[in-house]
Amino acid sequence: MATAVVTTERKNYLNAEYGIRSWLLTTDHKRIALLYLLSITFFFFIGGFFALLIRLELLTPAGDLLTADTYNKAFTMHGQIMVFFFLIPSIPAVLGNFLIPMMIGAKDLAFPRINLLSWYIYIVAGILYLHCLVSGGVDTGWTFYTPYSSLFSNTHVVEAGLAIFIVGFSSILTGLNFVVTIHRMRAPGLTWSRLPLFVWSHYATSIIMLLGTPVIAITLVLVVLERTLNLGIFDASRGGDPVLFQHLFWFYSHPAVYIMILPSMAVMSEIIPCFSRKRVFGYTFVAMSSIAIAAIGFLVWAHHMFVAGISLYSALVFSFLSFLVAVPSAVKVFNWTATMYKGSVSFSTPMLYAMGFIGLFTIGGLTGLFLATLGVDVHLHDTYFVIAHFHYVMVGGAVMGYLGGMHFWWPKISGRMYPEGWGRLAALIVFIGFNLTFFPQFLVGYLGMPRRYWQYPPEYQVYNVLSTAGASILAVGYLLPMVYLLWSLRYGKPAPDNPWQATGLEWRTASPPPTFNFDETPEVTWEAYEYETMPLPDEVTLER
Amino acid sequence: MSDRAGIGETPLAVEHEERPELRHHFADVEQQRNAATLGMWWFLGTEIMFFGGMFCAYLVYRRWYFPEFAASSRSLDLIVGTLNTAVLICSSLTVAMSVRAAQLGKRKLQVQLLLATIFFGLVFLGVKAYEWDNKYKEHHIPTFSFNAQDLIKDNQKLFGLDKLQNDPAKLQEREAEIQRRSQIFFSLYFALTGMHAIHMVIGVGIFAVITWMAHKGRFTPEYHTPLEIAGLYWHFVDIVWIYLFPLLYLIDRRPGA
Amino acid sequence: MADHSEHVAPAGLYWLVWAILIVATFLTAWVATIDLGPFNTVVALFIATCKASIVVLIFMGVKYTHEKMTKPLLIGAIFWLLLLLVLSLTDYASRYAG
Repeated sequence: MATAVVTTERKNYLNAEYGIRSWLLTTDHKRIALLYLLSITFFFFIGGFFALLIRLELLTPAGDLLTADTYNKAFTMHGQIMVFFFLIPSIPAVLGNFLIPMMIGAKDLAFPRINLLSWYIYIVAGILYLHCLVSGGVDTGWTFYTPYSSLFSNTHVVEAGLAIFIVGFSSILTGLNFVVTIHRMRAPGLTWSRLPLFVWSHYATSIIMLLGTPVIAITLVLVVLERTLNLGIFDASRGGDPVLFQHLFWFYSHPAVYIMILPSMAVMSEIIPCFSRKRVFGYTFVAMSSIAIAAIGFLVWAHHMFVAGISLYSALVFSFLSFLVAVPSAVKVFNWTATMYKGSVSFSTPMLYAMGFIGLFTIGGLTGLFLATLGVDVHLHDTYFVIAHFHYVMVGGAVMGYLGGMHFWWPKISGRMYPEGWGRLAALIVFIGFNLTFFPQFLVGYLGMPRRYWQYPPEYQVYNVLSTAGASILAVGYLLPMVYLLWSLRYGKPAPDNPWQATGLEWRTASPPPTFNFDETPEVTWEAYEYETMPLPDEVTLER
Repeated sequence: MSDRAGIGETPLAVEHEERPELRHHFADVEQQRNAATLGMWWFLGTEIMFFGGMFCAYLVYRRWYFPEFAASSRSLDLIVGTLNTAVLICSSLTVAMSVRAAQLGKRKLQVQLLLATIFFGLVFLGVKAYEWDNKYKEHHIPTFSFNAQDLIKDNQKLFGLDKLQNDPAKLQEREAEIQRRSQIFFSLYFALTGMHAIHMVIGVGIFAVITWMAHKGRFTPEYHTPLEIAGLYWHFVDIVWIYLFPLLYLIDRRPGA
Repeated sequence: MADHSEHVAPAGLYWLVWAILIVATFLTAWVATIDLGPFNTVVALFIATCKASIVVLIFMGVKYTHEKMTKPLLIGAIFWLLLLLVLSLTDYASRYAG
């Protein structure tokens, strides 16, 4: 198997058809995944551009590069683009889309045309958001808090709100497709207890997408109506309650963090057993903890609102519930480390990202507990401590997982191996750059620097200089993979079907896979992660 | 696990010749049908949460501003609302019967029932438009010269205004408050009924396509999944109204309260 | 493999359901005009829930379906809605108390 290097060009999903039409009208989940890959990468760089503006502005204490108003727009659009147009679709719509049908031995997702539709919806929303951006942007913060967004802001709130309303439907349709596919399309013999953990995690993610997204959709509609028709639902001066907006907003937006992190955990559960050559430790617990995170994740939202005027009793309840969600997250972290324990660990690029993930996610998760603690949150609320915390989860967690996954499945997606040396270097740069960027923010936040200000007292400058320096290193770390992955498309060594000797069904078909994934529908008689039966990966193949 | 997908042994090519509606990636028609209905049920779960956000707002303000909500609710036309609910229930019956007609392979009956469904749907929307028009004339549409004077006049006791008669300052303050708070009710009234009406309009559009498909004889006793899942959607929209009716029209209709 | 034939409900049952729904609609409008104190809302919501249940069970065919996922899914979604309502109300119900 491992030596079956492709000599003659076989038909696969990439060369099955040519021409722009064959891409824009495709219903092949693998091609749609690549369409998503291109579009989210585009938005990642737009969002990154705003991050660059923010970090440059904060290099000096004075507000010298951007005006206060422009700065407000920069952090707002950085947040909205990164959350709604990059992080939420990132792993599910690219890797999930590409891999779920293959992992369960299906020819495609249950609704291929709806899958394509979800991409078009994403594009429509993206164009609308870009239009909002070039016509002056929006400055409410990514959270759209009322009454600022509904009464006071003079920027393009309606357009941004509608764009995010629309992109929500793309995510609902993706989630819908995933759950139905996982229920209905599994190959014979592939019972729930044999499913790869990647699939379990995406199932949990899809539940959040389906049950959370509609709530933010209707909330944004109400904000838009409030602005256009001047309703008073969130306007305190007319008997409305602005805090109600926060309830409804966070009912989705807190679980949305789990939409970002669960797929990343999905990737971890594939990479770690493979590069430890061991069965995953406590399969059932890892699977169930995904579902538990999805469920408990819906019970904690008001911890974002401790200082917003909610009742003390309610705050106590939500504080307690927030601690609960740490339990399934910790179960996962412990199980991954236990999987590595006494395994034959190899430090390939995906594994470096995975180990980075574990460390960064642990820091991000534990600082989340600080913020869930009522008394501590009053001190830390809306400081850079919060910024550092959620970047450790959303960038240190979700993006590390995304990059790890992109490397792990790149041979399958492209049919080429990426250069391992460069891969390891980039992983290292990302890790160092990330910590240098965000660790000082914990400190400066603890010292009291508030978020969302374009200037600050000079005593905070040293932390901000460190942070900006880290951000430029991080930028190099993100640009490098883009360069060498593109390079590998042409010059990379052709990938064997199963370069890592991994166990998943996706590795039992060709690299790149044929249009319908499998020549014949596989029949599964084994459990997931039976690494003791797999040979070690061929070192010669991996030396590239 | 019996809901596990059963990929049949039948070679796909053979299946496809027999069943033109079967799409390539499904093993058999059964699997395709199960996937479609399950997808629709999940979508309806999504819809519950979509309306749920507004129900949440409704609940909060109803607790806070009960007298204003009760008075505003009384200004809605109970008879028209009840009859319109009945119209919607009739449309649900015709949908259920049309699915049954498809199961039995009665094409003509199917088309007639579907046309009746569209008819009832349009009647419902027409009546809704009539009610909205009344609200417009009564100045009950928020921001469009909203005026709650008639509510204040009709519900003196409910608002406790009778006790304030000899304190003009307090009376004026209370009246301004009523004006603001009843506007919240009508904001939610229009948001909820408007969102429901949008779902009805989409439903009528879907059923126009379904009727055309039924007319072309696309549905057989073995295959009528589009009709079935469109029916699920229609019934769901009906259920939303079943809740909206008491929540909006019947907040407090007790005589003399 | 589940058998392909679906359950065909008798037309009489559908008419019966329709009749119940219509009667319940007029009933709920009528009951609202009687003073039951705080129970007016309870009765109205109870009738609405009964109506919704028979629509789900008979018209939407949940009573007859072979599909095992429908019921858990439905209960799950309603439970989620209650989570939203109840947890938001923990705030509103206690906000001015302390």
